[in-house]
Amino acid sequence: MATLAMTTLDPQSRAARRGWSDLTIRNAFIIPTIVFLIVFNIFPLLYSLGYSFTDFRASTNAPANFVGLANYRALLNDPFIWSNFAITAKYVIVSVTGQVVVGFGVAMLLNRTIPFKGLITTLLLLPMMLSMAVVGLFWKLLYDPSFGIINYALGLGRFEWLSDPDMALYAVAITDIWMWSPFVMLLSLAGLSAVPKHLYEAAAIDRAGTFYTFFRITLPLVAPILMIAIIFRTMEAFKTFDLAFILTSQPSAELISIRLYKMAFQEWQTGMSSALAYIMLIMVVGITNIYVKYLNKVKER
Amino acid sequence: MSHIELRNVTKVFGAKTALKNLDLQVEDGQFFVLLGETGAGKTTTLRIVAGLDKPTEGTMLIDGVDVGEWGAAERDVALVLQQYSLYPRYTVRENLEFPLKSKIRRVERDEIAARVERVARTLRIEHLLDRKTDRLSGGEMQRVSIGRAIVRKPRVFLMDEPLSALDAKLREALRTELKNLQMELGATFLFVTHDQIEAMSMGDRIGVLNGGRLVQTGTPYEIYNRPHNTFVARAVGSPPMNLLDGDIADGQAVVARSGTGFTVSGRVSAQVNGSAGKPLIFGIRPEDIRLESGGPGEATIHDIEDHGVEKILTLRAGETTLKATVPARERVRIEEVVRFGWDADKVVLFDRASGRNLAVG
Repeated sequence: MATLAMTTLDPQSRAARRGWSDLTIRNAFIIPTIVFLIVFNIFPLLYSLGYSFTDFRASTNAPANFVGLANYRALLNDPFIWSNFAITAKYVIVSVTGQVVVGFGVAMLLNRTIPFKGLITTLLLLPMMLSMAVVGLFWKLLYDPSFGIINYALGLGRFEWLSDPDMALYAVAITDIWMWSPFVMLLSLAGLSAVPKHLYEAAAIDRAGTFYTFFRITLPLVAPILMIAIIFRTMEAFKTFDLAFILTSQPSAELISIRLYKMAFQEWQTGMSSALAYIMLIMVVGITNIYVKYLNKVKER
Repeated sequence: MSHIELRNVTKVFGAKTALKNLDLQVEDGQFFVLLGETGAGKTTTLRIVAGLDKPTEGTMLIDGVDVGEWGAAERDVALVLQQYSLYPRYTVRENLEFPLKSKIRRVERDEIAARVERVARTLRIEHLLDRKTDRLSGGEMQRVSIGRAIVRKPRVFLMDEPLSALDAKLREALRTELKNLQMELGATFLFVTHDQIEAMSMGDRIGVLNGGRLVQTGTPYEIYNRPHNTFVARAVGSPPMNLLDGDIADGQAVVARSGTGFTVSGRVSAQVNGSAGKPLIFGIRPEDIRLESGGPGEATIHDIEDHGVEKILTLRAGETTLKATVPARERVRIEEVVRFGWDADKVVLFDRASGRNLAVG
């Protein structure tokens, strides 16, 4: 049926002359993608699920023994893992809140007629387009206690942003905010420009103040799209690895994914780390689900 | 309640002049209708009165006070737009409460509830109060937005074609309701429409706008019976006034192309004595045309629209077509040749070059 519904190949086309059919072309595009997905995503996902129930170590030739839920039990009883989760939670909250406040704020500023609006928007989007590793590396330079421009600009002397145990996590979060606020800004801008202008006019006529208008009209109307931005950013922030790994090695900034990396590739506890990865996956799915439920509620209202 | 005055207001948008030297007065407690086609500057006028737009030139006064620098909130006006502009995601009640909850003017909670109740009763939307606004029909939405305007007792009500998005039945019902409401409140209304029937039926006074200029203001009677120029004559009345080219020779009006001559009676001819030989336009309302066997004009019936109470005929006289409204009992057939005439008293004479009514000068 599907093949029947497809448009027929132009007999004059190069593909037709080579004796290809629509089906051949369709398969040529789809099969590699599916194979890639299976080999690199679905297979490891299932395989690691199997490993998470064993004491397998990738560094030895010892056969894997089935240990049941022992890995999960050990992990969930480990206070260090919980402290990693706590750090991650703090990081997610600080970083996502920062991104929403900065991104939405900038979007509010941009949501009006100003000269060079397009150019300004494009320039503001640049951080988002950089590679995480590059951002990590040059923010490390910016934060440098002896020659970093941040200490110079703020007049902080030799303040050690990245090796101060109280500050390191926030320093990573600030970098993340710098990098991803444009993303929230972009989505907010789309939401803001979709708010009908006549509603603002009606509110002005109804003598609503600036704050009242913002909380009663702007925010409720932008909420659904802002919610989507928050979902994306929370998921990403929860999984943050590269930025934090490059910037700092402070234990107070050890996010759960860094813990996972160490467990898997430094301590070679393959079975245990697979279990941890699954715990993370379940958490991310859980958090996302809560958001999506909330999003649907916001949309309904 | 208040008196609105626009003095010499001009509004320019880029290269386009929306309003040109507009002078307008709305008396306290008056239902003033601005009538005009799309792009005539009706909405612009309204937005300037509301304080949403600033005039390029000219002054705007409410109760004799220059309010040019005042924002919309300070002017204390209410605006009902064509596109409802209800606040989405809120219930009808919340929408009605909105203008009362602003910080600028605190209203007691009991007072808010009482006022919302009263407005809902007036507009017959009590049963909708707890419904979300996006689940309402067009007519219900428009009632709510009117309700939001009247809940606050503003100084002036501004309405921008509030009825034009509604279906015919509802439009008629709301027309009456609005008019009653205005009389009940004794409020000043500035109502914008392109619908001449709305203007005629609701307005105490009508202002006809054309291309950013106010062409004529007057009571519906004046606008209908003494149009200042051919534009107003064409804009008001359905079917519109018949406008026929012709001139006056020897006290006889001659409609040039149809070759129909008839006598202009004393009163009219006295006014236009000096215009003998000048190119003129004769304006005759369709209902002033009579079919009579001895009438001066001869025409063929081209089309008949039967409206029940009356018939609207399209007459073909030479190259000219005329509309005539005749009683429904008149027996006519298409392609029948009839003779017709009209009451010379009712004929309005316009100068053909300027389009102005000669009687007005």
